[in-house]
Amino acid sequence: MEAFRLMFLIQNIIIVNGIIGKKIGMTSIFDEAGRNVACTVIEAGPCVVTQVKTEETDGYSAIQMGFGEAKEKNTTKPMLGHFKQAGTTAKSVLAEFRNFNLVPKAIGELVKVEEIFLEGDYVNAIGTSKGKGFQGVVKRHGFSGVNDATHGQHNRQRAPGSIGASSYPSRVFKGMRMAGRTGNQRITVRNLQVLKIFPEQNILLVKGAVPGHKGSIVILEK
Amino acid sequence: MDAIKFVQEQLAQKKDYPAFRPGDNIVVNYRIVEGNKERIQAFRGDVIQIKGEGATKTFTVRKMSNGVGVERIFPFTSPNIVDIQLLKRGKVRRSRLFYLRGLVGKKARIQERKFIKS
Repeated sequence: MEAFRLMFLIQNIIIVNGIIGKKIGMTSIFDEAGRNVACTVIEAGPCVVTQVKTEETDGYSAIQMGFGEAKEKNTTKPMLGHFKQAGTTAKSVLAEFRNFNLVPKAIGELVKVEEIFLEGDYVNAIGTSKGKGFQGVVKRHGFSGVNDATHGQHNRQRAPGSIGASSYPSRVFKGMRMAGRTGNQRITVRNLQVLKIFPEQNILLVKGAVPGHKGSIVILEK
Repeated sequence: MDAIKFVQEQLAQKKDYPAFRPGDNIVVNYRIVEGNKERIQAFRGDVIQIKGEGATKTFTVRKMSNGVGVERIFPFTSPNIVDIQLLKRGKVRRSRLFYLRGLVGKKARIQERKFIKS
C-alpha cells in the first residue's frame, strides 16, 4: 500500500486528505502485543468528487465530495443538476476538504479509503455527537455537584452553586455555564490511530471512540 | 452489524477449546509477559459466567485463593490463552452463578455432573 501511495506522490496527483464515512459501531480487537484495543468500525467511502473549488472561481480552494446514495425523488432539482455535472447519481452527504497542496482529482472521480489513509496513520474524526436533551451542569459541564454537603437540603446534590457575585456586577456574566441542551453538536476527535483498512469492503478501523450514534456520518481527515 | 461481524471474523483468532459451561471446573493456562520474560500461569476455578458473542465473548472464572475469592474474566479470542483444560463438569441450574460469591467452604461447592448426555 505504501508503494501505491508513492505512485500518487510521484504523479503529483495527491488527492484529498480526508474521506466521508458512516459509523457502523464498535468492537475490540487484540493488537500484536496481546492488548485488547477498543475500536470503531467505519464504512469509509467510496466518495465521488462533485466539485473542485479554486481561488479564481470561489475565492478558496477545496474539493467537494459526495457519499451515500440518496433517492432522486427526495433530491431537489438544483442538486440533481449539480450531481449531473459531476456525472454521478444523487448523494446524501456532501463535504468539502480544504487541505490539499497538489493537483486534485478531477470531477466525477472516485476516492477510496486506501488511497488516502495507511494503517498506522493518525486521523481526526468529525461527527455529530449523540443528543442528550436538557441536562444539568454535572453532565453538561463536568461540575462535581456539592456531593453530600447539602446542608440538609434534599435537592442540592447536583446543583451548580453560585453563578456570580451580588451587588457588583448585579447580573450574570454571559457564557456562564449552566444547564441546557447537551450533545447533538459537531465534535472533532483528534489523533485517532487507523488500526486496519479493508479496501474491498471500504471498511476502516480506528482506535477508540468516534462521536455520534451508529449509522451517523463521520468525516475523517489527516 | 454485518460489517462488525466481518471485521471480527477477519481479525479474531479462532481457537478450539473444550466446550465448557457455567459450573464447570477448568484450568486456563495464560501467558504473562513481565518485561522481557514470558511465563505461563495456570488459573484454576469454576466458570461462573459466559457472556457476549463473537469476538467480544468472555468467560469468568472464580476460585478461592487463601480464603479470598478471586475472579478473572478472559476473552475467548485472547491470544494470551495458551490452552484450557476441562477438569470437572458441574451440575448447576442457572447460567450465572453469582450466588457463589456469598458462599464459602462446603456450601460453595458445585455438584459434579457425572452422566453427560451426548
